[in-house]
This record gives sequence, C-alpha cells and structure tokens, in this order.
Amino acid sequence: MSSTIASGTPGQVPQISQIPEAVIRIAGNSQDGIQAIGGFLARLAGRSEQEVMTFMTIPSTISGGPSIFQVRIGSGEVLSAGDEADMLLAFYQHSYENHLGSLKKGGIVLYDSDHVKEIQPENLSKYRHVGVAISGLTVEAIGGSGRDKGKNVFALGLLARMFDLSVPKLHKLLEERFAGKDPAIVENALNCFNAGYNYTLATAHELFCLKPGENVDHNQVVMSGNEAIALGLLAAGVRFGAGYPITPWSDIMEMLRRELPKYGGSFIQGEDEIASISMAIGASYGGRVAVTGSSGPGISLKTEALGWASMAEMPLVIIDVQRGGPSTGMPTSVEQSDLNIACFGGHGDSPRVVLAPSNVEDCFYTAIEAVNLARKYSTPVILLTDQGIATRIEAFPEPDLKKICQDISPDLSPIADHKPYDLSAADGITRHIAPGTRVATGKYPVVTGLEHDELGHPTGSPKLHIAMTSKRRNKLKKLGRELPVPKVYGPPEGQILLVGWGSAQGPIQEAVKTARAAGEAVSGLHIKYINPLPEGLEQIFEGFRHVFVVELNDEGLYGYGQLAAVLRARYCNPKIRGITKVDGLTWKIREILDLARALAK
Amino acid sequence: MNSLAFPFVPLSRTGTIPLSPVPPLPDTDRKPLTKKEVSADHPTWCPGCGDFSVLALYFKMIEKRKLWHEKITTVAGIGCSSRFPYFVQAHGAHYIHGRALPFASGISLSRPDLHVFVFGGDGDAFSIGGNHFNHTARKNIKLTYVVMDNQVYGLTKNQTSPTTPLGRKSKTDAWGNADRPINPMKQAISAGATFVGRTSATSPNHVLEMMEAAMDHDGFSFIECLSECVEFFPGAFDAAIPRKGGKFELIPPTHDVTDEYAAYRLSDNPWPGQFGIFYKVNRPTKNASEAKIIADHKAKVAGLADWQILQKSFDRMK
Repeated sequence: MSSTIASGTPGQVPQISQIPEAVIRIAGNSQDGIQAIGGFLARLAGRSEQEVMTFMTIPSTISGGPSIFQVRIGSGEVLSAGDEADMLLAFYQHSYENHLGSLKKGGIVLYDSDHVKEIQPENLSKYRHVGVAISGLTVEAIGGSGRDKGKNVFALGLLARMFDLSVPKLHKLLEERFAGKDPAIVENALNCFNAGYNYTLATAHELFCLKPGENVDHNQVVMSGNEAIALGLLAAGVRFGAGYPITPWSDIMEMLRRELPKYGGSFIQGEDEIASISMAIGASYGGRVAVTGSSGPGISLKTEALGWASMAEMPLVIIDVQRGGPSTGMPTSVEQSDLNIACFGGHGDSPRVVLAPSNVEDCFYTAIEAVNLARKYSTPVILLTDQGIATRIEAFPEPDLKKICQDISPDLSPIADHKPYDLSAADGITRHIAPGTRVATGKYPVVTGLEHDELGHPTGSPKLHIAMTSKRRNKLKKLGRELPVPKVYGPPEGQILLVGWGSAQGPIQEAVKTARAAGEAVSGLHIKYINPLPEGLEQIFEGFRHVFVVELNDEGLYGYGQLAAVLRARYCNPKIRGITKVDGLTWKIREILDLARALAK
Repeated sequence: MNSLAFPFVPLSRTGTIPLSPVPPLPDTDRKPLTKKEVSADHPTWCPGCGDFSVLALYFKMIEKRKLWHEKITTVAGIGCSSRFPYFVQAHGAHYIHGRALPFASGISLSRPDLHVFVFGGDGDAFSIGGNHFNHTARKNIKLTYVVMDNQVYGLTKNQTSPTTPLGRKSKTDAWGNADRPINPMKQAISAGATFVGRTSATSPNHVLEMMEAAMDHDGFSFIECLSECVEFFPGAFDAAIPRKGGKFELIPPTHDVTDEYAAYRLSDNPWPGQFGIFYKVNRPTKNASEAKIIADHKAKVAGLADWQILQKSFDRMK
C-alpha cells in the first residue's frame, strides 16, 4: 500500500486508490475497546468476502495496560497478520512511541491529538501523520463525561472513511453488537460512528478502497480459534465437559457452558484442574466422549489423570491452549512450548494422540477429528492450539453443518459377551461398553489404571504387562500408518524445507512465497498430526538440503526446538535443525527468512 | 477448503467381538442377584479386615433392592478399600488416588439413569482428595460415598492418616501423631453434604440400613464406616464393639436430622461417639439444577435438530 501513497497538498480533492490489502494496527489501552474495533473490521471483511486475519496482545491485568489489535484485510489469500502495518491508529503517547516502529515507511499514523503531544520531527518525514482530537470530538458528538467511552467507535468511523468501508454493513454490525441493550446505546454508537465518518480529514488527501474479495462463491463466517474449537466440539457430538478457568482456555469453557444446555448437555466448572479432567473422564466412561482443557500450569496438573486415560484406554479430548511457560510464565503471550508435555507428559509409557490445528478454520475441523480419533482408537487426544490462534479472528467458508454434525450417544443395548482389553481383537483396539449395558454372560468389565487382564482385573504378570503395553502402543502405530501424508507447500525439492506446526503455518507459507519470489528454493511443510507422526516424512526430507523446524519454543540444551528434537529422534537425520524464538510474539516473515538464511550458510 | 481426514464412522462398541443379539428381558422376570453372581475377584484384603463386611453388605443390598448388574456402577480411588470395584461383578472403575468423587460426578451428571456408589478410605477422602470431598458435598451431586475409615494408611503399610488419633505412633510419626485428626462428620456437615451417616463394619445390620438410606437419598450421601485395619491398627475401634467390651451407641431417636447445629454437636461426642444418621436434608442437587438449565435452554430451540441449533450460532458469526 505504501507505494500508492502520493504526497499532496491540503485542500486537494481526495484521490481514491484501489489497494489489494491493508494492515491496520490499533494501539491503546486494554479498556479502550480496541478489540471491539478490530472485531468490527474483521467481521466486515468476512461479510465482504475478503480474507482477514487478526493478531492481538492483551495485558494479563484486569484493566489497564497497553494493548494492541492488528487486523489484515485482503482481497487475496491472507496467511499472517502482517509484519508491518500500513496504518497505525494510536490513542496515547505510549501507543504512538511503542508502535511507530511497526509501521511501514511512508505509512499513515492516525493519532489522537488530545493524548499524543510529542512528535519527533524526524518521524514526520518517515510517516504520514494525521492528528485528530479523537477524545474531544467523541465527547462533542455524544456528550458524556469525557471519559474514554465511545472513542473506539468514533475511530472506527474515521477508518471507515479512510478505507471507504461499507457504511450500511458497519451500521448493521453496530446494531447487532448493541442489540438487546437500551436503544439509546445503539443510537449513541451510531452517532459516534457517523461523527467519525463525517469528520473532514483535512490532512488526508488520499482515501483507499479495498478491491472486492475473490471469495465470492460462498458464505463466510468470522470467529476466533477458541470459538471455532467450541463449535467444532458441538458439531462432533460432545455433550459433556468440565474445566477450570485459566487464560487463554477460559473462552472455550465459557462458550461451552452457554451452548451445551441447548443440546441437552452440560459443562461443569470443577473445583480444580484435576477434578475437571476427572469429571470429563467419568463422563467418557459413562459412554460419550467428553472434553476438558486448560492452558499452562493446568495441563501439568492434569497429567496424572491423562495417564489413567491412556492406561485405561478411555476416549477423551483435552484442549491445550498453549501460553508462555514454564510455571505461570507469560499468560497472555504466544508460545509453542507444550509439545513435550502433550506427547510425553506423565509417568510411565502412556501413549496418546496429539493434534495441532494451524488456523481458525482448522480449529473447527480438528476439534471434530479429535473426537473421532478418541473414539476410534479409544484413547485420550490432546488438541494443541496456542494463544496465537485462540484469540485471532479469521474468516472462513461456512461449513455444511447438516453433513458434519454427528450423533455419538452411547449404545446401551445388551450384548452377549465383552472383554474391553481383548488381546486378540483383530483391529487391536480396545472398546468399552458404557455402564447400563447388560452383558449376557454376567461377566462385567472394570476400567482401571492398574495393569490389567482382558477384563480389566489387576495383574502383576510380566507377560500381560508386555502384551498390554504393546497393545496401547500398537494402536497408535496403526493410526500413524493411516494418517494422511502432509503435502509440501511449494516444489518437493529445493534448498530449504521450513517445517512448522500449529500457528506457524501461515507465516511459513508466506515466508515460502516471499523467498520464492526472491528466487530462493524454499518450500514449507506443515505437520498437523504430532503424535503419532504420519509416515512418509523421511521421503519428503530427502528432497531438501536443509530441513528447518520453525517453532515458538526454546532451542533447549542441545539446540533443537521441541518438534525438531522429536523429528531428529525419529529420523536420525542431521539435516534437521531448529529455528526457534521465545519473545512471546507470533512469527514475522522477515524473522523466519533471516534465521533460515543464516542457518543455511 | 478444509475437510475431515477422519470422518465419523459409526463404531461397533465391541470391536471385533461379534455382536450376538440378546433378547430383551423384562426386569420382572429377573431374579435378585445372588452373592455368587455379584461377586468377582476374591478380595485382596487381610483376613479379618473390616472391609469384608462392607463388601458383603453391599452384595446384600444389591440382592435385597433387586439391583441389576448393569445398573450397578462402583467407583473407587486408591487404597486398600478402594480395591472394591474388582470384587463386584458389575460395571466398575478403579480411578486415581483421591479423585474418585469427581470421576463419579462425571458419571452421575452425564448419566442420570445410574446411581453411582463410591468406596474409599480415609486417606483418599480426607487427605489427597479432601478438596473434592468438600466440593462434591457442596454441589450436592447425586451419588453415595462410603468411606471405610481405618484411621491409618494400610496399603502403604502404617503411616499416619488424616483421621489417625493424636498420639498414635506410625512409621511416619514414630513419636506419635501431633496433628489434629479430621472429624469426618463435621467435615461433611460443614461442607454441605445433605446426607451424613456413621456406622461400623462390626454392626452389619446397621451398615445395611445406612447404605439403603444413603442410596434412597436424592443428593450427595456420605457414610463413614469404621473398618478396622487388623494388620496395622488393631483394636482401633474396640470402644465401639460390644463383643470387645465397647458400646455401639445409636443416635437417640429424638435427634432432629435436619438440624445442622444439633448434628454438629453430636459430632463432638467423645470417642467412639454415636452411630446413625447425623444430618439429612433435601436441597436441590447439581443434577437437578443442570437438568433445569437444560430444560430451559431446550425449550428455546424446541423442534430444531442439533445441526440447526448450531447453524444459528454460525449465522450470528457472519
């Protein structure tokens, strides 16, 4: 967009430039409602068939503290929230100072001149400055005490004018947002928005218009990753869950608590993390896969019970919305440092399935897959997401719910005979019957965390421990063989293969595009099924000179991130190396490429 | 466009075991289960252990109340007494230490058609699982919890437990226990349990009476059953055993079981105290409050299939 900015003189008739995409960063304090503006913009993009991706930081304090929301709207494919912003909307002096660096050279900084008072003269030549007395004008427009309320909506009006956004659509969004409240509030919001929209931007001699989106053939829905997971679980047929509040997992439990009763289900807030996973396991034992989840320390607390589910081979879905660790760590920062605990956490050999969705849409579908894999393989499944996906908002094509929604209620009709841990089962997989099921032989199973025989009764037999350990391992090896082999993004041969998981997918694909545009032989590979790994990765690695695993965790004692270490152990391939960082922020395209180029030298 | 690598396939719950159809039998044609039919593994307890009595009376209650195999769900945590589910020929789960109550809560709340029995010891209930005890009681989750209190850690061979009397020597308190023991009755009453009873394994008829009353109670029903560890704490309950010169004193019939303060005072009687129902009130269960929430919400989406309810959520996100 910067290339389209032309210098002009005040008073000139605004020129309208068509742009393919825009990255807007809104910086203020957490109580200013900047998430709300970002949300409006994202939702508007979704309704305009545009692609959108957002990124936000929120302080882990209740109120106050700097906060940002970045939204990238594009008419083509949007893979990340963008390295540099085209426009910065700064509410305070600190927002201005801390985020000016994130602005593209020649970009526009729109600032609240009531709060931003000091502008370094050298910045004036680098960025286009547009000062508007946002706070004062908001008070003027809607009255009130002059406190912060409403200035976000005024600023939204300003942005709508600058980017020629659809006013009727925004009006509708505002009305929907405040629906059910006092009509005066809706009117106030609309007045505030219109005041911003009609404000004459004397210094803005250029307005922008986003090209219409290319995704015109389908309806889009706009939501966050956490919302997509909750909705995916509902579609999958989950009707019971339990959890304990912790950031950033809480959104999922709050949504399930609100939604499940409509489907005849319940979500219980447990007294602690252990009680929550135990209730979920109890409900799974009751015959229907249940869900629990957490973040950070909560996952550590759940590991003993997770081990029980692995031993008893009980289907269960555990959502881990990763955050910065260890211990309390950085509760509102993004990190991918729970791969080890997800794959290996707990005492003893306790196999489980680990999946990592790559974007908001994938959160929806992966939640369903987690449920289906838990049932099919009678195993706990951990869904590893992270703060980066959990809170970011994306638009994606509306799923065909009629086709996708499934009924997984238990079958309680009587059966002739049953041995849950049947060692001679042809598929090698344990099946449980729910309490309430009558068995004609009169022999009933026990599910247990002790090593057991085929009926679930305790044993100390070395032979049985070996056989049952193999059974628990082999069913996941079988899954590994059934998993789809991931596709290489870009040509299957080249210099560098950037391997990633979870939220790294978008930035890696964009890095691949950028590098290839510069003539470099870089491709990407996204690994969604973390444990077990799919087969066929070694053949993919053969096509490249370097295999760099890009992940948001520490390089560890031996210089490899967590997935890189697993891949090295699995393939013993010395060309697998790690690209890691732990600054609590999502990947920038430039960072990935700089590190990859340096490592490849 | 995304898709599912693993679409839903209806699973045979029995895996490769052939499903031989079983003709449905009306319950009226069924005979009460005998002890032989309802017992499974031979108990691993030491000869003379009080837990045998509790197990025998559980069988007796199953027979007397005509409970069927498939309707019996027995859950336990870890400890000597928690081996219970293996000895019962019915659906059962042996869970982790201290967490049997939340596990059982998950069953109770998702399967209103079942009555869940939880068995455990004093360590499971009041030490590692202490917080779950409080919250399950407070939430009044419908299930029956029988704590076989032997006042010692038996499975790990004689360490101090949360109900070990002051001054008692153990492997972890060679000079005698200095920590004030928990009073299970007070704990249960103050936590909000709606049925609080006390019995002793040496008084079988009374154990049966308490178990039946607990099962019939709509809410969280808790029984403390003194159950002697003959190996590590022999003679602990002699004061409550008539044939050993003690006195098994019942709560006087004048006691008002709905009077929380009277129940609390009763809990303070000098050792070995009294036996019977200390406290019993009806308060809405968590099961009932969840059922109401569900009914209210379902009324708003009446006539819609699940996918249509979900579609409404998606429509709001456009």
